Amino acid sequence: MEGSSNLVRILSAIAAILIGSGGVIGIFYGLNLLAERLPRRVRTQILPWIYVGPALLLLLVYLILPTLRTLYISFFGRRSDEFVGLKNYIFAFTDSDMLIVFRNNLLWLVLVTGFSVGLGLIIAVLVDRVRYEPVAKSLIFLPMAISFVGASVIWRFMYAFQPAGQEQIGLLNAIWVSLGNEPVGWLINRAINNFALIAIMIWLYTGFCMVLLSSAVKGISKDVIEAARMDGANEFQIFWRVTIPMIRSTILVVSTTIVVLVLKVFDIVFVMTGGNLDTDVIASRMIKEMFNYGNYGRGSAIAVILLLAVIPVMVVNIRRFREQEQSR
Amino acid sequence: MTLADNRRQAKNSSAIEQFLAKTPVHIAVVAIAVIWTVPTFGLLISSLRDQEALLQSGWWTIFWQPGRIAEFDLENYITVLTSQGMGQAFLNSLVISIPATVIPIAIATFAAYALAWMEFPGRQWLFVTVVGLLVVPLQMTLIPILRAYTQLNLSGTFLAVWLAHAAYGLPLGIYLLRNYIGALPRDLIEAAEVDGASHLKIFTRLIVPLSMPAIASFAVFQFLWVWNDLLVALVYLGGNQNVAPVTLVLRNLVGDRGQDWHLLTAGAFVSMIVPLLVFFGLQRYFVRGLLAGSVKG
Repeated sequence: MEGSSNLVRILSAIAAILIGSGGVIGIFYGLNLLAERLPRRVRTQILPWIYVGPALLLLLVYLILPTLRTLYISFFGRRSDEFVGLKNYIFAFTDSDMLIVFRNNLLWLVLVTGFSVGLGLIIAVLVDRVRYEPVAKSLIFLPMAISFVGASVIWRFMYAFQPAGQEQIGLLNAIWVSLGNEPVGWLINRAINNFALIAIMIWLYTGFCMVLLSSAVKGISKDVIEAARMDGANEFQIFWRVTIPMIRSTILVVSTTIVVLVLKVFDIVFVMTGGNLDTDVIASRMIKEMFNYGNYGRGSAIAVILLLAVIPVMVVNIRRFREQEQSR
Repeated sequence: MTLADNRRQAKNSSAIEQFLAKTPVHIAVVAIAVIWTVPTFGLLISSLRDQEALLQSGWWTIFWQPGRIAEFDLENYITVLTSQGMGQAFLNSLVISIPATVIPIAIATFAAYALAWMEFPGRQWLFVTVVGLLVVPLQMTLIPILRAYTQLNLSGTFLAVWLAHAAYGLPLGIYLLRNYIGALPRDLIEAAEVDGASHLKIFTRLIVPLSMPAIASFAVFQFLWVWNDLLVALVYLGGNQNVAPVTLVLRNLVGDRGQDWHLLTAGAFVSMIVPLLVFFGLQRYFVRGLLAGSVKG
């Protein structure tokens, strides 16, 4: 009995995959067939729109219109039925819980960006000098493939806490206790829980920074380094005066990427602490306003703040893209 | 002692010197690699130990008592797959991730071809919009879309997450593929046009095969992104356990059974196995996708 119900499940999963994947290709072929029946002149005008049409439709329905809608309802009350002006924004910038949220996000931004980019750069330079470079890089890069939820479970286990006197099964507390200290509730203690969460993101993204920075470091010509060495520069001087200035633009791109990612960090906080004990960040707070408190006005206002924070990045991206297009 | 001997000795000592000079580098690299691996490794070991042993002693103690490795078994995996819904969730993750990868690939490749090689009004503007949309936080879209889904009774269906993931992945896909397809040699495409090939023929016979490296990068990136996603599944699938992917079930396990480490460790590995296989098998494409797509919203 159970075997056959499992078979049914697997078959219906395969059917769903085929329908979902095949459907989209079918739509394009159908539209194309229709277009080919049209007279040639009309066809050349319509065909581009058939090709970009579905993309345009999805972007409009799922990104552009909802973004505008969110902007609009951020000026309305919890059920979006009464206009409240800037009230939601005033709440967002003055409420004492919200101020903790911003403080946390600032901590995340500074520490995750600083450590993952800094460590990533140091590792990229060091690993360049050893023969087992690919293995070392793979191991450090590996966490990138793991989901935030998976990483959260991995670290919950590292941070596991038992009262003093009991056997510690979390590695960090085991080491800490063996050094003669009292066990620490890494996720409970308000003075350190934010740092414990931030460490997870650093663990996840240092490998990413390393991979990007490493390819930049390898791009520096050997002659330049050799010339600096001839002039009597030591390794530290080479690092500060040659390596860093030469890969400055890559460092900037990597840092921006991490900043955008950190601004939207959600899963780690949601899984590890649910945002309790002063660990909420902007994105987890938004979900809380939405689901727990059912306040769509405040939820939207918080989302808009997130958007405002990434707008400088958007402007820089568009400007850079335009320059590229002109130099083509 | 001849001159050659002298030189050889000098060379030898400099090799040793070089190795010694490098010792701090070796120590640092090995130490970091070990620190970065230990958390995952500890979880893997623990997922193979039984419930009692897990709570009685730290996983590292098996190194002092290697005999206990004989006690390892897959019991926890069987439990979590059958009685905790991880088996169904694994299927659901596949059902969500594969179409949510194929759909944006098809749509983005067609759009990228049109943006690169077809003449129509407003195409520059369209592409600038795509670049702008790259960093829009998807949080901006959650509330309106969830409301629309609730009204249309789409909430809690695979279609709802397929389309949402497809749309969220599109800006990156179009950006990546348009840059790649736009850089293909003009002569090639014009020659095909002169031969009377239709746009669809040029697209399927020429553009798609030539763009495979870029398509593969985007595919790997999008697949991992969808597989590892929690937020989209949480919001649009709601409480419907029948369609919940591994990330959602694992998150619920943490909430309900937070101290049942035998379930959590095995559950985490079930959720990680596919990304790890993709990582080891397709690392090249993954890195390329990351390099190009690090700005995704």
